[in-house]
Amino acid sequence: MARPLINVPAKVKRGQVFEIKSLISHTMEPGFRFTTTGARIPRDIVTLFSCRYNGEEIFRADLYPAIAANPFIAFFTVATESGTLEFNWVGDNGFAETATVKITVE
Amino acid sequence: MSEREPGATRRAVLIGGLAGGLAATIKVVPARATPEQLRAAIRNVVGAAQVRKGRVELIVPPLVENGNAVSLVVAVDSPMTATDYVKSIYVFNEKNPQPNVIGVHLGPRAGKARISTRFRLADTQTVTAIAEMSDGAFWSATADLIVTMAACVEGL
Amino acid sequence: MNGSAPSLRWLARVAAVIVVLAVSGAAKSTDIPLDQRRSGYADLGSDTKAMQDDDTINPASLWVLDGEVLWSQKAGAANRACADCHGDATASTKGVAARYPAFSPARNGPIDLEQRINLCRTQYQQAPPLAFESRDLLALTTYVGRQSRGMAIVQGNDERLVPYIEAGRKLFTQRIGQIDMSCAQCHDDNWGKHVSSSLVPQGHPTGYPIYRLEWQSLGSLQRRLRNCMIGMRAEPYEYGAPENVAMELYLMWRARGLKVETPAVRP
Repeated sequence: MARPLINVPAKVKRGQVFEIKSLISHTMEPGFRFTTTGARIPRDIVTLFSCRYNGEEIFRADLYPAIAANPFIAFFTVATESGTLEFNWVGDNGFAETATVKITVE
Repeated sequence: MSEREPGATRRAVLIGGLAGGLAATIKVVPARATPEQLRAAIRNVVGAAQVRKGRVELIVPPLVENGNAVSLVVAVDSPMTATDYVKSIYVFNEKNPQPNVIGVHLGPRAGKARISTRFRLADTQTVTAIAEMSDGAFWSATADLIVTMAACVEGL
Repeated sequence: MNGSAPSLRWLARVAAVIVVLAVSGAAKSTDIPLDQRRSGYADLGSDTKAMQDDDTINPASLWVLDGEVLWSQKAGAANRACADCHGDATASTKGVAARYPAFSPARNGPIDLEQRINLCRTQYQQAPPLAFESRDLLALTTYVGRQSRGMAIVQGNDERLVPYIEAGRKLFTQRIGQIDMSCAQCHDDNWGKHVSSSLVPQGHPTGYPIYRLEWQSLGSLQRRLRNCMIGMRAEPYEYGAPENVAMELYLMWRARGLKVETPAVRP
């Protein structure tokens, strides 16, 4: 149940700069922690987060173990036309998650 | 109480473990990134170019209640037009096991060069943000954070 | 990031507090006057407060969302969803979390919200109970708890619960563990002071389940109480143990009138 949570304004005006907020469930195990028996807990993180606005990439982030668990990333973009925002998370151990949100531009 | 140097702690703990067979109860403290690793990480991004202080605003809480999740906002002064925009923002730390925090790639479509996230800090330290502009220039800012610890935790 | 070294420093600091209290002849703990009670929220940094207040950035929202999905999911041999009996949770469960733990005639004693949800699961859905601290149980508890956000905690108006509130008070005021201190000695008598770099809160469970930064995850009040006991180097009670429920009940009674903050964010 690693459902992502995306937040965008319900309606935006053409040319308006608006904020997109994203949250996803992920432990972001850094790979530097050890069990009490001395075994290293292997790294398991989201390594890449990207957003496409009607197919064109508008944001991309490389994430490192220093990003907190349940990664929160917020950024801005200019409202160009109505359509779809597609979000992608990629990580260790084949982690891949996608979310799409419709955007209405007036 | 004086701060113990993590390397020394680990050596002492390992010796104790071998001698007393206490491996089951020892938690080895991971090494922290060296200043050279931080410089190398920055060089990896910046190359031989000069990095100037300014135009970048690093917004972090001065006192951190728990190093597991620290709010981070980086804002860069830029008109974000097709010919004058922020290409990338990189954030580095000083004392975590490895020096990178995040590397963000923007473009003129961003409208505003401002990103927010939450990151981890292993200890009180300095955080550095470097912005790469469309004209190839690099600008930076640093912030000092004090990290405190939570009480009554799960582990012993 | 966690390690054992910080907890050794913590232990030394707490030991110092014990000496101070012993030397100063610590008097019997007394209740915090009602008008002096404050939620731990008041002592958070502004960023942590913002994390709690804004659903769009609160990591606990991920569990609320999961809970919303589970609420409408059919389960068990009865093939029933919570929604089939309770309808729209935003209406039907408003105020519920604010008055839990509550007396259960079926159990002839108090039960907390987690136990109430599991009672429904076993009795009405004919589904196996959800494990304590499982993602599903936390999601449902948080989703239901969220519907009481902003409402005053209600406790003290059910006579049947009086002996259990007293049992909880006894647990709260008894010394425990190798540290040999009671909850009351810190949270009634020394709230607002610091132990190591941590501020001692009054310890009101206004926002459970909480997203605890230390856990890097969301967890229940019982999980937090077990952490408290481990902090005192005492053996914690098992999840679901009557002692845990009695403590939850006493703590909610102690916090009566304070506003529910679920899901809160705490260090």
